[in-house]
Amino acid sequence: MRALFTTCFIIGALLLALIGCQNEVDIRTAQYSVNGQKVYLTHCQNCHGEKGEGLGNLYPPLTDVKFLENNRQKLACIIKYGAAGELEVAGKKFNSTMPASNLSAIDIAYVLTYINTKINKGKDIFPLADVEKQLKNCQ
Amino acid sequence: MKSIVKLYCATGLLLSLFSCKNTSQSSLPIYGEREAVEKTVDGKQVVDTVYHTIPAFKFLNQDSVMISDKNFEGKVYIANFFFTHCPSICPTMNRNLLKIYAQYKDNDAVRFLSHSIDFKYDQPYVLKDYANKLGVSNDHWQFVSGTKADIYGIANQYLVYTAEDKNAPGGYDHQGYLVLIDKDKRIRGAYDGTNDEQVKKLMDDLPKLLNEAKN
Repeated sequence: MRALFTTCFIIGALLLALIGCQNEVDIRTAQYSVNGQKVYLTHCQNCHGEKGEGLGNLYPPLTDVKFLENNRQKLACIIKYGAAGELEVAGKKFNSTMPASNLSAIDIAYVLTYINTKINKGKDIFPLADVEKQLKNCQ
Repeated sequence: MKSIVKLYCATGLLLSLFSCKNTSQSSLPIYGEREAVEKTVDGKQVVDTVYHTIPAFKFLNQDSVMISDKNFEGKVYIANFFFTHCPSICPTMNRNLLKIYAQYKDNDAVRFLSHSIDFKYDQPYVLKDYANKLGVSNDHWQFVSGTKADIYGIANQYLVYTAEDKNAPGGYDHQGYLVLIDKDKRIRGAYDGTNDEQVKKLMDDLPKLLNEAKN
C-alpha cells in the first residue's frame, strides 16, 4: 500500500515538473495577456472595440496582422504617445487622432501581448525589454 | 412530501412564466415630472395628466441646415449627447447606437438625434466627417450642434447630465444615456449606451413603442 503511494507520488511529481518546464514560457505569456486584458479594457476598448474590430472609418481595427507585423517596432511608441495623420489598416484609410496613453512600459508589454495572443491568434509575448528599447527610440 | 415539492415547483414555474409574459406585453413607462390638470370636457370636470415633453428646439445639423423638433414630428426617436473627440464613453455609446441604426435606418417611423456638447470644436463639418466615418448613410440620424446654453439646456429636458469639466477626459463630463422619445415627445426610456444589457433592452423596447405608435 505504501509502495503504491510512493510510486504515485513520484510519477505525479515527475509529470508536474515536465509540464511545468514545458509551459514556463506559455505561462508568462498567459500572465502578460491576463494583465493586458485589464489595460485593454480601460485604455483601448472604447474606441477599438471588444474584439479589436475598430469602429467604421473612425478607429482602425487591431486585427490586421500584417500591419502589426510590419509596424512591430513602432507599436509601443504609438500606444505611449498616440498617433496622427493618415494610416492604412486592413485596406482602409484612417485619419483620426489617437490620444497619448502615457502607459508604463510594462503595461504596454502586457497590452501588446494581449492584442497579439487574444485578439489575434499569435503566440508571441512582447517582452518588457523590447518595449523599453522601442520607447527609447520613439520619433 | 415529494409531490408537494413538485407542486410548488410547478406553480413557481407557471407563475414565472406568466409574470414574464406580462412584462413583455406591458407598455413602457412615461418619465419626467407630471401634473394633474382639471379640464372641462362636454360640460364635465375631468382630471387629465400632463406629462413632461421635449420642448421645441432648433439646431444646426451636420449639413449646416437648421433642423427643429418639426423634423421629428410623429416619429419615435433616440437622442443622445456626445462629442467627436471624446475619449471615454462616446465611442462605445455610438458603436451601440450604430447597431440599432443599422436595423432601423430604412424605417421611416424611427429617427436618431445626437447632440454635440463640445460647442467650441464640433462645427457642422466636423460632425459631417464624424457621421461619414461612423457609417451613417442617410438623414435619419442627425448630428447637431448649438450654443452651450441651448445644448446643455435641452440635455436637462432629456434628463441627461452634461457639463464642461476640465478634469473629465476630453474636457466634458456627461452621461451616456440613449433616451427613447415617443411620437408625443414624451420620454419613454433611458438606457446606458455603454451597457450591453441595457442596449439590448432598448432593442426590445423600441418595437413595443413602435407598435404603440401605430395604434
